[in-house]
Amino acid sequence: MASKKDFVKFDKVDKSYDGKVLVVKDLQLDIAEGEFITMLGPSGSGKTTCLMMLAGFETPTNGEIYLDGKAISSIPPHKRGIGMVFQNYALFPHMTVYENLAFPLRVRKIPKDEADKKIDKALSMVSLQGFAARMPGQLSGGQQQRVAVARSLVFDPQLVLMDEPLGALDKNLRESMQYEIKHIHESIGVTVVYVTHDQSEALTMSNRIAVFNDGKVQQLSSPDELYEKPVNSFVAEFIGENNTFGGEVSDISGGKCKVKLANAEILANPISVKGKGERTTVSLRPERALINPSTKMDNLHKGKIEEVIYHGDHTRVRINLLGNPEFILKVPNSSSNLDIKLGNEINIGWNSDDARALDPK
Amino acid sequence: MSSETKQILTTDGIPLEVSLKKAERKNKIKAFLLVAPLLFFLIITYVFPIGDMLFRSVDDKMVTQMLPKTFKAMENWDGQELPEEEVFAAFHEDFIKLVEDKREGKLSTQLNYTKNGFKSIIKKLRRASKKFEEGNYKEQIMSVHKRWADVEYWRAIQRRAPEFTGQKYLKGMDMYVNEEGKIVSVSEDRRIHRVLWLRTLEIAFFVTVFCFLMAYPIAHLLATLPMKYSNLLMICVLLPFWTSLLVRTASWMILLQQQGIVNDFFVGIGLVADDNRPEMMYNKTGSYVAMTQILLPFMVLPLYSVMKTISPSLMRAGKSLGGTPFVAFWKVYFPLTIPGIGAGCLLVFILAIGYYITPALVGGASGTLISNQIAFHMKSTLDWSFASAMGLMLLTGVLVIYWLYNKIVGIDNIKLG
Repeated sequence: MASKKDFVKFDKVDKSYDGKVLVVKDLQLDIAEGEFITMLGPSGSGKTTCLMMLAGFETPTNGEIYLDGKAISSIPPHKRGIGMVFQNYALFPHMTVYENLAFPLRVRKIPKDEADKKIDKALSMVSLQGFAARMPGQLSGGQQQRVAVARSLVFDPQLVLMDEPLGALDKNLRESMQYEIKHIHESIGVTVVYVTHDQSEALTMSNRIAVFNDGKVQQLSSPDELYEKPVNSFVAEFIGENNTFGGEVSDISGGKCKVKLANAEILANPISVKGKGERTTVSLRPERALINPSTKMDNLHKGKIEEVIYHGDHTRVRINLLGNPEFILKVPNSSSNLDIKLGNEINIGWNSDDARALDPK
Repeated sequence: MSSETKQILTTDGIPLEVSLKKAERKNKIKAFLLVAPLLFFLIITYVFPIGDMLFRSVDDKMVTQMLPKTFKAMENWDGQELPEEEVFAAFHEDFIKLVEDKREGKLSTQLNYTKNGFKSIIKKLRRASKKFEEGNYKEQIMSVHKRWADVEYWRAIQRRAPEFTGQKYLKGMDMYVNEEGKIVSVSEDRRIHRVLWLRTLEIAFFVTVFCFLMAYPIAHLLATLPMKYSNLLMICVLLPFWTSLLVRTASWMILLQQQGIVNDFFVGIGLVADDNRPEMMYNKTGSYVAMTQILLPFMVLPLYSVMKTISPSLMRAGKSLGGTPFVAFWKVYFPLTIPGIGAGCLLVFILAIGYYITPALVGGASGTLISNQIAFHMKSTLDWSFASAMGLMLLTGVLVIYWLYNKIVGIDNIKLG
């Protein structure tokens, strides 16, 4: 596939609803052809607005959006040829599943036998053969969602937008639908722009994730990079679990920095700090810290166990460490030899590479 | 397993069904007692008046009771020739009694409904009857007026013998039972009710259409505007509801009269000449305008309540799938509003068909409806049984429309709000 790097391009896009507040600020985003990109962020962060601008239901206040090299701001939604899956499915309740899927084909004047083939194909893609005559009201939430996905794909769009499509489903169904959508994407190679506030959904499905906050893309990178190497404390906090220490940089040299806390000093990896005296928040993933590490680690401190919560495959241990009473550790339940009891003092160690000194909160 | 279902017992050995009934009986009684006052109220205020109306429209006991002996004597009369002396004697006996009770006036009114010309001859008979001698009443009565010697009039009396009659219904359709006992239409120049029925249907139909055309965009606007504007608009829609019907109609009279504001405006912008102002009141136009405005909220509210439930993402989905805004509206939005359209149209049509005050005030002669005729018979002619009959015909018409609606659209497909 001769995939384009900038199949979809947001070029300096601003959006304001009331002329006072910008909900999207200077958005610069390229989406490659065939990519599965997720816009992730808390509610009100501007991600849905971006999707609506791409679909044509909102117009950018400033800037331009390009689809396949063409500026689309002046093209009405029905001429953009973009498939869309809505949060509440938006199936037409007065039409059968077949009629719902036939709608985009009928308005494109596709002959009936060809349309029937496409509908069959789309229904089998979401494993709903034999449901064509049902009304949407007779389907379960998961089935309705599949119909909505099939409907957004049936007219072979180059781009499909999904606006929190799994938000209304229960946890198990949501997870199985995640894989299903991911597999559909892989098998037909369509470009997908997916909006969600659920980070595990984003991590599972996407090629790349754009983390939105406050109308800006905070970080755009692959899921592993996003988790392992957050570039600022918002991303670190928003994606996954995170232990933080707030302090001041007291020394910076050789790719490491010393951060002075209230009553201790730790070594960290300087990401967004430049020099001495800067305030910083050090972020450390719970699984990167070990109890009584066997290998040598350049941070080693004593903490008191405040709480132990059993989680089946692992145990969460809350420790009061270096003045942070919310320090979380995840201990796999196989390592049962450790002496984890409430009130015990234990040694906790981590590498300075994993402790990322980010912008202060 | 045996084919007979085994009776399930509770742990105490009582059959489960019995136990369940016992447990629920108290709640059932409680529930019934709670609704009983309302049920009682409904029976008194709804079932009883309608039953009374139905009864009154076919009730013809008045004459039967006033002339009991006459009708008894008439049983052997074949209606061909003038009746025998015994009928005249019985009639005289009944009549004297009526005169004593001062009820002969009522008799004349009643008989006059059946055949014109009874009023004067009964007056004459009353005066003459004071000097009647005993015996040979046939000669004496016949000599009072030549109509008393006309067999037609005696047949007219005989037609009032049954206690129940459907003739008021026939009259409502401009028909009657003629001397040969056949149902025929009255002569063309005396047909008034059929025109009124047709006009009622016509006005109700067009008022419904106008209401629909105006209410649909309003309701759509109400359902899609942001809260602070839609509340204001809603108040504007409901404001007429809070003003008296009479005030609203009267204000239309001010607006629509020939020297009124609307005409002044038309003259002002040069649409019509000052000496040729159109009549917009005291005709059908007046009824259309005023009734459409007054009934508009009944169309807006059901439409609004249905449109409010239609997710905006449906229209968006229609557009994103490639439908032009019109296709998305026509194929997606419009079909979903049909329950509201049905409810609104049914409501407006049924209300319009029985409308009274507005057409009476602004309708003039060509804009009045059947209900005005009913009111006329209730208040002026005091022919309550005829008014009841027409009221019931109206009710039947409404029920037929309801039935038709149920057949065509389905009554579960209705949403009143």
